[in-house]
Amino acid sequence: MDPAVSLTQPALWPLTAIVFLPALVAALLSLPIVPKAREEFIRWTTLLTTAVVFVLSLWMAWPQLFGAAGPAQFRLGEPGMQAVVKLPWIKAFGIEYLLGVDGISLPLVVLTTFLSMLAAAASWPIAKHVKAYHVLFLLLETGMLGVFVSLDFFLFYVFWEVMLLPMYFLIGIWGGPRREYAAIKFFLYTLLGSVLMLLAILMLYYSSDLRQLAPEQLLASHVVSPALDAAAQADAMRLIKDAKAPVHTFNLLALAQIGQLPTSPFAATQLWGMSLEKWAFLLLLIGFVIKVPVVPVHTWLPDAHVEAPTPISMILAGVLLKLGGYGILRICYPICPGAGLDFAWLVCGLGVVSMVYGAFAALAQKDFKRMVAYSSVSHMGYVMLGLGVWSAVAGHEYRWDAWAQGVNGAMFQMLAHGISSAGMFFMVGVLYDRVHHRNLEEFGGIFNRMPVYGGLAIAVFFAGLGLPGLCGFIGEVLVTLSSWNYSRVLAVISAFTVILTAAYILWAIQRVYLGAEYKGPHGDHLTPITPRELAIATPLVFFAILFGVAPQILFNYLTPSVNRQVETLADWTRRVHDAAPAPPAVAVGEADGRIESQGVAAR
Amino acid sequence: MNAQSNLGTLLTDTLANTLDVSVPLFRPELCLAATVVLLLLCRILPVLKHADSALVALGGVAFGLWYAWSDFKALPAGGDLLAGRQELFTGLLVYDSLTAYVRLLLMGFLVLYILFTKVSEIPDREDGADFYTLVLGSTLGMCLMASANHLLMVFMAIEMASVPSYALAGLLKGRKASSEAALKYAVYGAGAAGIMLYGLSLLAGVLGTCHLPSMAVELAKVAHVGSDGGSVMVLSLGGLMLAVGLAFKLSAVPFHFWCPDVFEGAAAEVGAFLSVASKAAAVALLLRVTFGLGVPAGGLGVPAGGEAAAQSLAALGETRHFMVYVVALMAAVTCTLGNLAAYGQTNMKRLLAYSTIAHAGYLMMGVAAAIAMAGVTASGTRDAVSAVAFYLGTYVFMNLGAFAIVALLRNTLRSEEISSYAGLVRTSPGIVVAMAVVLVSLIGLPPLAGFVAKFLVFSSIVEAITAGAERPLLLVLLVIGGLNTVISLFYYLRVLKVMTFDPPSDERATEPFSLVSLPGAVVTAFVLPVVGFGLFWSGLYAAAQLAGAFAS
Repeated sequence: MDPAVSLTQPALWPLTAIVFLPALVAALLSLPIVPKAREEFIRWTTLLTTAVVFVLSLWMAWPQLFGAAGPAQFRLGEPGMQAVVKLPWIKAFGIEYLLGVDGISLPLVVLTTFLSMLAAAASWPIAKHVKAYHVLFLLLETGMLGVFVSLDFFLFYVFWEVMLLPMYFLIGIWGGPRREYAAIKFFLYTLLGSVLMLLAILMLYYSSDLRQLAPEQLLASHVVSPALDAAAQADAMRLIKDAKAPVHTFNLLALAQIGQLPTSPFAATQLWGMSLEKWAFLLLLIGFVIKVPVVPVHTWLPDAHVEAPTPISMILAGVLLKLGGYGILRICYPICPGAGLDFAWLVCGLGVVSMVYGAFAALAQKDFKRMVAYSSVSHMGYVMLGLGVWSAVAGHEYRWDAWAQGVNGAMFQMLAHGISSAGMFFMVGVLYDRVHHRNLEEFGGIFNRMPVYGGLAIAVFFAGLGLPGLCGFIGEVLVTLSSWNYSRVLAVISAFTVILTAAYILWAIQRVYLGAEYKGPHGDHLTPITPRELAIATPLVFFAILFGVAPQILFNYLTPSVNRQVETLADWTRRVHDAAPAPPAVAVGEADGRIESQGVAAR
Repeated sequence: MNAQSNLGTLLTDTLANTLDVSVPLFRPELCLAATVVLLLLCRILPVLKHADSALVALGGVAFGLWYAWSDFKALPAGGDLLAGRQELFTGLLVYDSLTAYVRLLLMGFLVLYILFTKVSEIPDREDGADFYTLVLGSTLGMCLMASANHLLMVFMAIEMASVPSYALAGLLKGRKASSEAALKYAVYGAGAAGIMLYGLSLLAGVLGTCHLPSMAVELAKVAHVGSDGGSVMVLSLGGLMLAVGLAFKLSAVPFHFWCPDVFEGAAAEVGAFLSVASKAAAVALLLRVTFGLGVPAGGLGVPAGGEAAAQSLAALGETRHFMVYVVALMAAVTCTLGNLAAYGQTNMKRLLAYSTIAHAGYLMMGVAAAIAMAGVTASGTRDAVSAVAFYLGTYVFMNLGAFAIVALLRNTLRSEEISSYAGLVRTSPGIVVAMAVVLVSLIGLPPLAGFVAKFLVFSSIVEAITAGAERPLLLVLLVIGGLNTVISLFYYLRVLKVMTFDPPSDERATEPFSLVSLPGAVVTAFVLPVVGFGLFWSGLYAAAQLAGAFAS
């Protein structure tokens, strides 16, 4: 592609700015020309940067707010990838600077920029090595945003790993007493997962072959840019078709198209008695569930959360955990649909086990922050269950709508949990800043001492509980409902987990906020909430309520993309998975549905 | 009369061939040799007594670099890959894209290395001429290692590279550890050389030739005709003994014992030289020997040899199978043991020695993948060799950077213990960032060059698996490589942890240096490419691909 042409892609600069502006500012801040002593300047610069990035992401997500919509902005209701940026990077491997957003990734991008802004504001009490802290913080933001917008597997992996090092230092230097242990544990778990992911990436890359894709699939997956004119498109396609050797690709959309072919090379290749597809699914799943995290690879999370400083806990719970869920939805299922079908029990089972285990563990905690950390394990269990509920084949009646309900619920749960868990960690941090302990047994009577804070905190904790009318409810109820179709046992268990959730949250509220008076240490430091803290807490509470009463705001973004993916995969199940063993009569009977859903897929 | 005229023609032909073909392609080595002579003259002639030997060496190497660069530029890109291949000096050496690439790498390394030693002030003025004579002499041997095409040359080159290294290890004359390291190194080296020489004589005895391509032809015949078990036994034994010599140069387990002691005892500058240049040459030689014996001279691109070449390529399958197992096994053990042993180290140079051993393991994994694919897919083989070449290219900067920081910190802290780096981030954050970049690159995390190198090596193993070459073995190798990456995290991060998390010790004598200084500039110059090649590696990879063309 002519570079002069490609630099004029409408979304190039907005998306690039969203991802790399924090890193650029970090690089500038790290220069010696910024004196270490000017801490206020560094803090304000960071806050301003995160705010600019947030406004930019909002500009993309909600064009009406800024006047007429441009070509780089998001068009609601379109399920496909939008604002795609495509530049060659490493030609020898076909690696591209390929970015784009759809209804699945855009809300997560906005969540990330929003929480980063709040976390930057929450970083004011950080007094040690202010300059280094903010540089690392901004680098972390670049890594997180990069993961959500990358459509090239190599690029995705690079961003995925870029997050690790800043996080390691942020926990290890600014953390609590056991920070070193927590930091290395976090790093080790995640690196193990990502090495397995790298092996899966390489296996998929070398088994992929773009020559198998039809021209319209090449266009849909942006292997050949739809922005080119017809002649250039034809040239690019001829180049692929005429290649003598297989043309491998890292393009996530193209890999998904290849994985869903009836003659998928991933399903055909056998390795140690299992198809490559299944190996890749498992390796990727391990990499992602470590991040989610699910039992039994969750043990890094309580340590990391407890030791991390408050703003980093907010980011960890609010954004980092979502990367795992996003990866499963964006990568595991579309690329390895057959394995997804076969391992649905695994994903759902892991989800339910984490849900129950996390809830019981939270009940047993004495440390306030540790309790909130375990509540994250429990809540992310719902996400796993929602993603895994593959009802499309329940008794061979195709209930793709039930699965779509589960995935929509899981996505909503991720966003809601992003808000409520960040809020909960912030509320714990506010208390810890004052009394310097987190022992649940030693609190009580906070509501009397800090009424405004107490009210906001209880609202946030209720949102975490899943009280109807607050954001936590919608996701949980959708996931539980959809799992009924897949397995009634799991549905019943997940419904009962809500009671456990209520138990540990209500008990915590009772022990911390209610009661007659505060008897713990440093009681005289319980000053009312400061304006800065109020400015962070209020938006969190506001959105927790808003998404609880008007979930449609989020579903407007999520549903088109989620439904299309689920429909495509349900259609794949019908066409490919069941076509082989099923008798021909069934296939004829399904002909109508097939045409219809192919129409959906082509849309 | 007739015989005499034949002899005459032979002589004139050889002379003409030497002068017209061999010598022009041998100019970088000649530059090194001339510089060595000049350096020695500097010590003798009173006129030149005050010449700075570092500058003399730098000048000579710059010429070498220029010639190496122009040779590399002149390589035919794409198209006719075999046209670049030339046998020099009646087949003792071979000139092809791998020679050109490794030579360019070594010359480039030397330039950076001399600049670095100039700044780090070891050697002092007194030792300068000796030091640079030894370094250049050793590098000359390494260039020969990269282009050896004859068993005699293999042995000569290894010795030529090793003997000066023994002396270099003992450079710090007053220090007991340094002398001990030198002696240990020399004894180990002599032992390994003896075993290798015996192996070479076994191979030569059975096959009747020392010329690697001719040996491949003979090997193919042995395989084709179906020889008695005896000679296969002798050949395997000879091959293993040859592997001992190579493993010693690669510091591969179980012939690695010299490496930590030498690195700890010798100056960090010497460690840098041994860790980078010696490793690059050893890997190149490993490629030379394995491909020389395992692939017929026609190469993999069948058009040149046609049916016959394809047949002899197939006939050498057993040979390659044997070599893949030896190399892969050694790679797996080397990598794992290097990483595990590094965990307990308290001395930074010793830690880097084990890290060097571990990285030799990763490099050998790439070589194993390359040989495995030799009979299966020509483009895959080329990719694997390119991966190894790329790895070497990035390795230069990573390890030079690490050793440079160690050496320059030694000059201010007077210590090379990891514990003496405690809290360094408070006084010199720049140097800690540089160290972090280098170490994280050695772990292999993006977006740094070390990640790309590891990615390429792993990707060529996966490519081999996908192509169905030596599948179970390489799958195991891949898993071991992946796990090793995780293991290596511990000890590299521990250094960073000490530098950043731990409080500084009170008795620190002098202020460590910042990046804005001459030593700092040297460190920056080594570290920036580690970042640069991590983000934009197309250029270096294209060069590495050219090197990989030697295999096709």
